Amino acid sequence: MQKVYPFFLEAAWTTVLLSVLTAVLGLICGTLGAAARLSRFALLRFFGAVYVSVIRGTPALIQLFILYFGGPQIGIQLDAFEAGVIGLGVNAGAYMTETIRGAIISIDKGQREASRTLGLSQWQTMYKVILPQSARLMVRPLGVNINALIKATALVAAISVVELTYTAQRYIGSTYKPFEMFLLAGVLYMIIIYVTGRGIAWLDRKVQIT
Amino acid sequence: MTDQPNFVEIRHAQKSFGTLEVLKDISLSVERGQIVGIIGSSGSGKSTLLRAINDLDPLTGGEVWLDGVQVNQTLSHRQYEKHINQMRQQVGMVFQHFNLFPHMTARENVTMAPKMLKGLSQGEADKLAQEQLDKVGMLERIDYYPSQLSGGQKQRVAIARALAMQPKLMLFDEATSALDPELVDEVNQVMRKLAEEHMTMIIVTHEMDFAASVCDRVLFMDQGVVVEEGPPSILFKNPTQPRTREFLRKHLEAAM
Repeated sequence: MQKVYPFFLEAAWTTVLLSVLTAVLGLICGTLGAAARLSRFALLRFFGAVYVSVIRGTPALIQLFILYFGGPQIGIQLDAFEAGVIGLGVNAGAYMTETIRGAIISIDKGQREASRTLGLSQWQTMYKVILPQSARLMVRPLGVNINALIKATALVAAISVVELTYTAQRYIGSTYKPFEMFLLAGVLYMIIIYVTGRGIAWLDRKVQIT
Repeated sequence: MTDQPNFVEIRHAQKSFGTLEVLKDISLSVERGQIVGIIGSSGSGKSTLLRAINDLDPLTGGEVWLDGVQVNQTLSHRQYEKHINQMRQQVGMVFQHFNLFPHMTARENVTMAPKMLKGLSQGEADKLAQEQLDKVGMLERIDYYPSQLSGGQKQRVAIARALAMQPKLMLFDEATSALDPELVDEVNQVMRKLAEEHMTMIIVTHEMDFAASVCDRVLFMDQGVVVEEGPPSILFKNPTQPRTREFLRKHLEAAM
């Protein structure tokens, strides 16, 4: 049993790395997605809406399979880890798009009016008035998105990324202890999620001044 | 242009929301230094007219002129943005619900726009904040957040914020309607002070007494038209139109 610990720790590190990269890519996609959905150009709004509904309307596992197994057919060659990060990041981005968009449109329209009335441009209004307020509203729901994406990293076991779930499965073969292997993986997931959750809570407190 | 437009001039203002016509061919001119009150029941179009002056609610027909420049010009998006931001810097607006920026202190609320748009240094901005907040009697609360202020105090900060851009014209959209009765007076006093300084003001209000004592001219609006206008001494004492009499009678009853 003890022999497997180092492998699990290494796998946990892979899960962490995968989660961080996915979260970063998700935030980038989410920001772009929200910008598109709130754009004054109908075409961008359309693409934003299609992105969100396609990604949210299909299983993440199918998206990963299309990217990893189907990709080479259309000339996209990715190793499993890359496919995992890109697939999960783009997936998380769709959910984050809605989180970010929701936080922006929930700001009272009087705020925008007051700012525009002073002579600030749309962009200055967004940057100085709207975003600082919606950022406070975003932290917790983005934390929920991040919690979900950490757990979703388990899916990349199916495209043979050597992360926690894959490692647990692999060592069942040599140890014949599925209960312990999956329990160990579960505990490690929980530690990762707990630490992340504390980080989000800290950030949330930090942005709520007054 | 055959005729020289007045300081503020609204020509044949028309505004529809779908099939609902809220402004029906309204023309109005205001001279520099004049104080004009707009009264009328809710839904009469008075706020819509006020908000058309800085193009916050763009008209569907007609023209708005400020100091010789047409506000509601038809331009490409980019040019319009540049034009309207320029125009709005000259027009201060005070809202019913204050719309202070909750993430900024009173000082920051006042200095944000001048810093961004006029490039004031921190020192100049601090001086400006002190001047403007002192003027509205809020200097001792300069570093308070809006959530720490009463409604009347918030509205006074909002007035200071608008004044900090040194506008040529101030628009008040029911500035005291959301306030508790005992807080109305502190805001009215600030507006009176501006009147004494000959600030050009257009005031949408429900307070007849205030309109009567401050305004040079009062307009009564109903169903998207100006029913009657004149100096308050005449409009309030001897209105000629039955609709004006009806409105004032109801208002008087409600006040008693």
